[in-house]
Amino acid sequence: MAPAETKNKPWQTALVLLFWLAVWQALAMSLGHGGLFLATPWQTLQALAAQLPTAAFWRRIAFSSLRILAGFGLAAVCGVFLGAAGARWAWVRRLIAPPLALIRAMPVASFVILALLWVSSANLSVVVSFTHVLPVIYAGVASGIADTDRQLLEMAAVYRLPLAKRLRYIWLPGVFPSFCESCIAAMGMCWKSGVSAEVIGLPDHSVGDALYRAKITLTTPDVFAWTLVIVLLSAALSALAAAALRRVKRALCGEVTA
Amino acid sequence: MSIQITGLCKAFGPKAVLRGFTLCADGPLVLMGPSGCGKTTLLRILMGLERADAGEVTGVGRVAAVFQENRLCPQLTAAANITLPGGAPKTAERELRALGFADAELALPAAQLSGGQMRRTALLRALLCPQAQTLLLDEPFTGMDAELVAQAAKTIVRLAAGRDTLLVTHDAAAAALLGWPVVQLQAMA
Repeated sequence: MAPAETKNKPWQTALVLLFWLAVWQALAMSLGHGGLFLATPWQTLQALAAQLPTAAFWRRIAFSSLRILAGFGLAAVCGVFLGAAGARWAWVRRLIAPPLALIRAMPVASFVILALLWVSSANLSVVVSFTHVLPVIYAGVASGIADTDRQLLEMAAVYRLPLAKRLRYIWLPGVFPSFCESCIAAMGMCWKSGVSAEVIGLPDHSVGDALYRAKITLTTPDVFAWTLVIVLLSAALSALAAAALRRVKRALCGEVTA
Repeated sequence: MSIQITGLCKAFGPKAVLRGFTLCADGPLVLMGPSGCGKTTLLRILMGLERADAGEVTGVGRVAAVFQENRLCPQLTAAANITLPGGAPKTAERELRALGFADAELALPAAQLSGGQMRRTALLRALLCPQAQTLLLDEPFTGMDAELVAQAAKTIVRLAAGRDTLLVTHDAAAAALLGWPVVQLQAMA
């Protein structure tokens, strides 16, 4: 029998974090060379602290966040419409299956190099995050529609409920759980693909550009600091998205909480 | 207007469920019969959810129904479920209280109600549907104790008045409480 999943207590989480920080510190110290190959946690924090008060740091964050989130937003809107259309019409499903499968299978690097032929490097992360998020949201919406309670839909048909009520009280609650899951998963994915695109396309004032410059100048603590920033941004925005979606669901679906 | 059913046939694969079923419901009726005799199938045909293989149905107006399952929106309160097809929330809450709901239970989402409470909610959704001319009630007393069945039967008689009503039950005592004519369906051989 599988052990029951238990939620970590805060002190347990802190202990695990401390353990891995100690492993990281020990590894960096054993490699030596002043953190050239592996920056220590302290060097990483110092590099981050040096960046934080500068305007350029925040400009890069704003530049990359806006573009990556724009790609995410566009993909979310298109994914909802395509998912709904695909659930309604089989020919839509068949038509869009090959490009979505291709995008899923294609390495980010290949796609970025191709996309650079079509768009400027400044807008590359919009296109790349859009294309990598779209299949995830589409699949989430399609599976949510498939999971919607058929018995409730029959009830709505018998009672001749208007479309607005069917959408609000039956379709949305049915689709929302898998839509939310896909949004949260896609949020992490769009940051990974968006920053990868920036590292290849090197648009000025982007996070990816900063990461690349830190690498070619062998300032490893900066590489670690920027990586930490990307991870934290991705996690924070995923948490924000999850909280916002929960609120939207409560408001839209007329949900009551006991 | 009365419901006229003539020569209704329905089979699922090789199994015939209804064969030449004919009925004229000139007022409320109780349908009784053993499991598998086609009661639910008959109601589903009248609701427009199944297509009959042969036969004719006339006189079915706008339908409100109690299904075999409760079919409530789990995130909504009992009153919000009842007023989904229309109607006043105050009336819904008054009728729910009359059927044994406490104030605290009125604030709960349907997902947190007991089976009996859900059934009463599903029943009131059909009975209080303002536009419904035909009521099709499939085992509306499921999950209720004798006292609640008596209360629910009184509520059905009061709120179904003036509308064509077919009520399916296997509970002879509950059927007797309604005081309506009973039609026995036979299982197909």
